[in-house]
Amino acid sequence: MCKNLMLLGLLFSVNVLAATPQELLKQYEAQAKQENPAFSGFSASNGASFFKAEHAHSSGQKVSCSTCHTTDPRNQGKTRANKVIEPMAIIANPQRFTDAAKVEKWFGRNCKDVLERACTAQEKGDYLQYLVTVK
Amino acid sequence: MKKWMQFLILMTSITSTSALLASGGIDGGGGNAMPPATNAKWKTECSGCHMLYHPGLLPERSWNKMMNGLDKHFGENATLDAATRDEIKRFLVANSAEKSTNRRSNRIDQSIPSDATPLRITETRYFTSKHDEVSPLTFKRKNIGSAANCIACHKNAEKGDFSESQIRIPR
Ligand code: HEC
Ligand code: HEC
Ligand code: HEC
Repeated sequence: MCKNLMLLGLLFSVNVLAATPQELLKQYEAQAKQENPAFSGFSASNGASFFKAEHAHSSGQKVSCSTCHTTDPRNQGKTRANKVIEPMAIIANPQRFTDAAKVEKWFGRNCKDVLERACTAQEKGDYLQYLVTVK
Repeated sequence: MKKWMQFLILMTSITSTSALLASGGIDGGGGNAMPPATNAKWKTECSGCHMLYHPGLLPERSWNKMMNGLDKHFGENATLDAATRDEIKRFLVANSAEKSTNRRSNRIDQSIPSDATPLRITETRYFTSKHDEVSPLTFKRKNIGSAANCIACHKNAEKGDFSESQIRIPR
């Protein structure tokens, strides 16, 4: 009994981590509704401008998501330490947005790096909507 | 001294020198790769932004300091949850330069003053002395980027293999 429960728990936690972009969009939608009662859906075009928008960082540099991911999410990007980053667009890289913990980890780091704050659920959803839509 | 004795001395010194050279020489390291070390969390979490740096490249105190400051990791945010961070820290410490029997690792450790805790391998005296013939402009080449990108020139760098026969500087 106890063993079965543990197994169930294990299966459940694995399931929670493995995700599809659509499931993640649903989660962000639920969060966005909590953050903003007037929430009216995600916008791929807002996501596209978010992806390219330059921010004046307190370090004096201009940074954006495109600094590393390039302005075309179908392209490979590059880190500051010169390592290739595989494309972000789902069509070019089906591995993207399939691991909820990984997605949250990188949103956490990259939003702080670029915006110097956490991203809102609206921003994450718009961004993901854009990456799902890019053909 | 008798001729034959002189000859004998000459012969022994030649053979011992060549034995020394064959074993990797006085300057050592030879082709000896660092011992294999692996940990799944380290592999995924420490290879997202750059190549994997073998734990034998820095001493324990450096890894501890680095792992305690991942929120400001060379100007980037590399934070991990506490459990993952601690597991990786233990792995790095257990395989660190001074804990290793590898000669290169020991030389790196010895090249660091005891009151210093470098976070960069590229700042150690061992590194700078091995690369004093590589110009700063070479490191800046587009397909290299910086001295920290070992794997651009040492193709087996992630395995801790820096042997001279494997070095190729990309054009
Ligand atoms: C300093 C470079 C850099 C910047 C700037 C950057 N990223 Fe990233 N991003 C990375 C790296 C490296 C990865 C991990 C790549 C990998 O796993 O292949 C990553 C991964 C991600 C992921 C994980 C996707 C997945 O499922 O694998 C998301 C989401 C993400 N970034 C969003 C953003 C957003 C949003 C911005 C702008 C606010 C941004 N990034 C800016 C370097 C950067
Ligand atoms: C978010 C991106 C990111 C992640 C994740 C990351 N690093 Fe780094 N790391 C960097 C950057 C940027 C540099 C500076 C590279 C340069 O100067 O070319 C760096 C440099 C280093 C250096 C120094 C290289 C040298 O000798 O100059 C070491 C060692 C290092 N990282 C270890 C780690 C370890 C261990 C982990 C896993 C816990 C890790 N890094 C995870 C971004 C990252
Ligand atoms: C631009 C290419 C380049 C990069 C990047 C580079 N190296 Fe090297 N490295 C060389 C060259 C060339 C030599 C041989 C120098 C000589 O013999 O004069 C060398 C020699 C060495 C040696 C000594 C090899 C021996 O047996 O004599 C070690 C150890 C080493 N490098 C480690 C590193 C590490 C660690 C990094 C990254 C932190 C690194 N290198 C980055 C080009 C590079």
